[in-house]
Amino acid sequence: MSTPSPAIVMHDVVKRFGDTVAVDGLRLEVPTGQCMGLLGPNGAGKSTTMRLLTGQAHPTSGTIEVLGLPVPKRSKQARARMGVVPQEERPEDQLTCREQIRVWATLFRVPRAQRAAAVDRALAIAKLSSRADDRIKTLSGGMKRRLLIGRALVHGPELMLLDEPTVGLDPQVRQELWSLIDDLRNSGVTVLMSTHYIEEAERLADSVAIMNHGRVVALGSPMELLTAHAGTEAVEFYGPPERLAEVERVVAETGLPTRRNGPAVSVLRAEGLPTSVLDRLGQGTRRAATLEDVFVLLTGEDLE
Amino acid sequence: MAPTAGATTGAFFETAAFAGVWARELVLFKRLWRSTTFSSVVEPTIYLLAFGFGLGALIPEIDGYTYVEYVGTGTVATAVLFSSVFAAMFNTFVKREFLKTYDAILVTPVDVKELMGAEASWLAAKAGIYGCAPLLVAMVFGLPPSWGMLAVPFIAALTGLGFAFLGQWISAIVPSIDSFNYVTSAVITPLFLLAGTFFPLTNFPPVVQTLAQFNPLYHCVQLVRNASFGWQPAADLLHVLALIAFAFLAAFLSIRWSRKKLID
Repeated sequence: MSTPSPAIVMHDVVKRFGDTVAVDGLRLEVPTGQCMGLLGPNGAGKSTTMRLLTGQAHPTSGTIEVLGLPVPKRSKQARARMGVVPQEERPEDQLTCREQIRVWATLFRVPRAQRAAAVDRALAIAKLSSRADDRIKTLSGGMKRRLLIGRALVHGPELMLLDEPTVGLDPQVRQELWSLIDDLRNSGVTVLMSTHYIEEAERLADSVAIMNHGRVVALGSPMELLTAHAGTEAVEFYGPPERLAEVERVVAETGLPTRRNGPAVSVLRAEGLPTSVLDRLGQGTRRAATLEDVFVLLTGEDLE
Repeated sequence: MAPTAGATTGAFFETAAFAGVWARELVLFKRLWRSTTFSSVVEPTIYLLAFGFGLGALIPEIDGYTYVEYVGTGTVATAVLFSSVFAAMFNTFVKREFLKTYDAILVTPVDVKELMGAEASWLAAKAGIYGCAPLLVAMVFGLPPSWGMLAVPFIAALTGLGFAFLGQWISAIVPSIDSFNYVTSAVITPLFLLAGTFFPLTNFPPVVQTLAQFNPLYHCVQLVRNASFGWQPAADLLHVLALIAFAFLAAFLSIRWSRKKLID
């Protein structure tokens, strides 16, 4: 048995806007059935990447395949088999949830005889069955986002693109959405999700592609990324600025990476820190390495 | 079992794409038809009352028609213009820039030309129906019905199609929504006044009369009058061709500029 071909293949994709290079030689493969997180700071090119995959942006150079179809040339056929949750859209307030999803069922060409059942199923997945006939303007922010996810699922897509699915939502509402995305992945749908929340990528993604300046700078499961870039442990040293500067100077001699972390300096890959150095620096606080350490190491940016 | 999405046919304009965009408009229209219908009927009534009784008392007839007959048929074009070009300008701008509706629709199997075509044809259908309102109101005030008037919805729809595309194009070339004021004053109002709606153009200098030939609304007014009072086959054929040419030109402009705005 051959393994299924990847749901998304992007090969050396470049996208320029005038003098600005939004995507700069991007290579990315999303295996079928996986949930991949596209993690990067604002301006890393995540949204442009999403638009390239839906044919809403055409690459300056490079090739893109979505569900085996060349994009943008046959993007329409690919779009018929995928669902997309946009970041910015404001759905029509005056419509009910059911009406909104039904419109999308028609847009996605669900046959008329199956439409009502497909709408009910999408409402159930979005956990909005009890609000089906309420107007969208009465929904909370989290419910609206769930509606957009349900709407994108109405035609049973093989691939879902989620652009910053929980941006601007309260922490407990984010948890609800995460379990929804978990269910999606468990049902066999391939998911590509852009986010700038590390926790979100860590919690949901089988693999994480860290993007910076329009390219993928690291790719792997959260565990692989940790092992490859941040090791297993970090030690944090607190103190006045002079103390932090001294820690950085001493650790620099060992070649281990450090990062400023609020009022502390974190020494990464601290499992390799010689005891002699620890003796010189005094007591630090040991903690497990995190994806955030990897992210900051690779992009030089702090995240939320 | 998950439903299967309908396959795409690869046609230049796919009916399924149109059906999807129309489904959205239809469900919104179910919410908004009262106010739309109210303004479409009340506005021409006010025009007819104001001009019919105000000016009509002073003007015995124009080109052989009573003033109610003249204005009643002329305001069909006004109704068509208002229901197509303004709706297209404002709605297109708001859906593209503020609500991001178009970005959301373009991730479904609908492309820019289908999206713009479907929205313009929807407005054209509305213009076809609401364009008849002034005629019906004028009948109450003494316009004699005639069989030719059955062509008016089609004339109105064809005119509305061109103006809907024109409105979409305008929305794509203006820098901000405030710019619509300039467009309304400098473009739409002259079109509306120099169409032979409320007064004939025969008293204007020849250059204005020639310019009027390039005003689609003028052709619409002439067609509606001839449909109502007696066809003039040769002239009417040219009027129809002018409106078709206008619709094609406006469609080309709209789709080309909308694509620039919507696809990076």
